[in-house]
This record gives sequence, structure tokens and C-alpha cells, in this order.
Amino acid sequence: MTDQQLDQVIGKLLRAGVLLSAAVVFAGGVWLLLEIAHTPANFRHFQPPPAGLRSTGGIIGGLAHPNPQLVIQFGLLLLVATPVARVILSVIVFAIQRDRLYVVITLIVLAVLGYSLAVPHG
Amino acid sequence: MDAAAFCGVVYGISALAGFLGALTGLGGGVVVTPVLTTLLGVDLHYAIGASLVSVIATSSGAAAAYVREGYSNIRSGMFLEIATTLGAVAGAHLTTALPASTLAIIFGAVLLYSAWHSLHVRKEVPAQKSDPLAVRLRLEGSYPGREGPVSYRVDRVKGGFSLMFVAGILSGLLGIGSGAMKVIAMDQVMRFPFKVSTTTSNFMIGVTAAASAGVYLSRGYIDPRVAMPVMLGVLTGSVLGARRLVAFRTRFLRVVFALVVGALALEMLVRAFGGGF
Repeated sequence: MTDQQLDQVIGKLLRAGVLLSAAVVFAGGVWLLLEIAHTPANFRHFQPPPAGLRSTGGIIGGLAHPNPQLVIQFGLLLLVATPVARVILSVIVFAIQRDRLYVVITLIVLAVLGYSLAVPHG
Repeated sequence: MDAAAFCGVVYGISALAGFLGALTGLGGGVVVTPVLTTLLGVDLHYAIGASLVSVIATSSGAAAAYVREGYSNIRSGMFLEIATTLGAVAGAHLTTALPASTLAIIFGAVLLYSAWHSLHVRKEVPAQKSDPLAVRLRLEGSYPGREGPVSYRVDRVKGGFSLMFVAGILSGLLGIGSGAMKVIAMDQVMRFPFKVSTTTSNFMIGVTAAASAGVYLSRGYIDPRVAMPVMLGVLTGSVLGARRLVAFRTRFLRVVFALVVGALALEMLVRAFGGGF
């Protein structure tokens, strides 16, 4: 695969990820408004959402019993996953090209992303 | 305001921000936070969480259009992402340690700089010969020109890498894309051609923001009730804006947007010094 073709595949992947995520967030948003449209919205004081909405594992695990906020959060997680998928795909392509230096460089980036998304930050 | 009205207002403002951001090339995320906090009284932490998410949406959305042109330099982007992602994680952790008023002051200063940067015309100075480190890392490349591929050299790798780390910190600290600083690191420090630096830094913005996203999520900055209308709004606006990009990209629009950004920056600084955060 040439770098040019890689660009094309990555472009399509990113667009598909964004569209899918927007569709899920939109669905969750409609559901949310059906339930709470006329309740007051007050975001003046910061109060973290419940723990189940604050971790990758919690969101995916909660999908068995979905609620509107969880669906939105899952959609947002899909959005965050699109650039991560791009990095994973790049590791594979660099490996196929036997480009060891860039496999290592890309794995470092992936490790930082993994630390941020998979490790809980109290 | 009830939840439906809040959602509608935030969606509308975010769509406008995304539209103007795409037209001017400044990105919409940078305007969302000051508007949410100063006009709607939303807490800064909810605002930067929602803004960060919208930054990923515009970066990934725009990338699909950019890659077809073949200007971006994937290896350079990946190498520099080591700096931006590490910076982003550090910045995101720093956000929890700093008081909101300090964050607002930094935000105001960054906004003022972005406004100035958008009006300032930069000069493209091609590198005459490459930094040996750039050769070893194979950062040089070529892009399609009218008469075949145009190759370019890459200078000052360490300087560019360091500035990218700072861009990452600001991105993680404030939930913004730091596009302006990434572009400066690439075309002014490392001497990449403009087309290459713009498209490659757009690519990097999404990965950088994803690196802060995990920390933001854990801390509860990404609240679905705020992030939902912001993300959908910015995305709608930037898609509409990108379609009109060619026809509308005028100096006039840049000046208008810079003035809006500048005014928001001052409003934020005044409020921050007055204890409004």
C-alpha cells in the first residue's frame, strides 16, 4: 500500500467514524429531550456526572441497560475512537512496510492514548 | 431556561462557531468555550469538555476532505504526535490542579493571540537543507504540484517538537485544538510548506484531543447534556462552512472573526479578574 492509498483509507475511516458517532449522539439527544425537555437546565456549578458515565468500561458495560445520557456518551466515545483507530491502522501499515522506526514511533503514540483512555484518572 | 431551550440555543451558537471556524480556518472549538461561559453562564469545566469533543469532530470531519489532496505528511505527523499527546495528557491533568480563574485567564490570552495570528500574514520560507535529524527520521516529503511532485526539506526538528509539546499542553489544558500553534511549529519553525503544515496539523489535532479525552472523561468534564448540542452544532456548522470555503475565504471575514474572538477574549479576561469563574 502506498502512502497515498493509506491517506484515502484513513480519510474514509475518519468520515465513517464521525458520521456513525454523530448518528448515535443525535439518537441519544432526541431520547434525552423526550424525557427531560421541560426540566430546568442549570450548568452554573460543576458537578461531575455519575461514575458510570465517566469511564470507557463503565459506558460500554452500561449499554446492556441503556439510558439517554449513556447513549450520548457512547456516541462521543465512538468519536474519540476514530483518531485512535487511525493510529492503530498506521501501526499495521508501517509493519507491513517493514518500517521499524515508525512502528515504534506509532506505538508510543498509541501507548499515550491507551494510558489516557483505559487507565482511570481519579 | 429549560433543557429543550438550552439545547436549542447551544446547538445554534455551536453551529455558528463551527461555520465561522471552518470558513476562516481557525476552528470552531476556540469560540465555543468563551460563549458558553460568558453568555450562558455554563461552568468552565463543562464548556472545555464539550469543546474538546467538538474539536475531534471537526478534525476528523475535515481530514476526510484534506487527505484526497495528498498534502499531509503522515510520518511527520505521527512523529510530532508523540510530543502533542504527551503534552495533552500533562495539560489535562494540570486542568484539575489549576483554579478556574487561572484557566480563564490563560484561555483569554490564547484567544487574543489566536485573533492576532489569524490577521497576521506569515511568509513561506522553504528550508534550504534539512536538519540531519529530519533526514534520519525521514520527515522530508513531497506534495503534488502542477508539474509533478514538489519535494521539500525539513529544518529544526527539536524546536518544532518542543513547540508541539507546548501546543499539546494548551490543548489538554483548555480543550482546544491548538491549531494555530501547531501550524506555526510546522511552517515557521520546521519550514514545512503551508499546504503540508495546514493539512498535517489538522490530522494531528484529533489525535491530540483524543489523548486528553480520557482524562476529561474520568474527571467528568464531558457531560452528555452539554457535549451533545455542542458536538452536533459544531459539526453541522463546519460541514456547511467547508462547502463554502472556496467562495467565502476573504480578508473581510477573517477580520470580523478576529474581532469577535478578540472581544470574547477581553470579556473572559475581565470576568476572570473580577472573580467571575
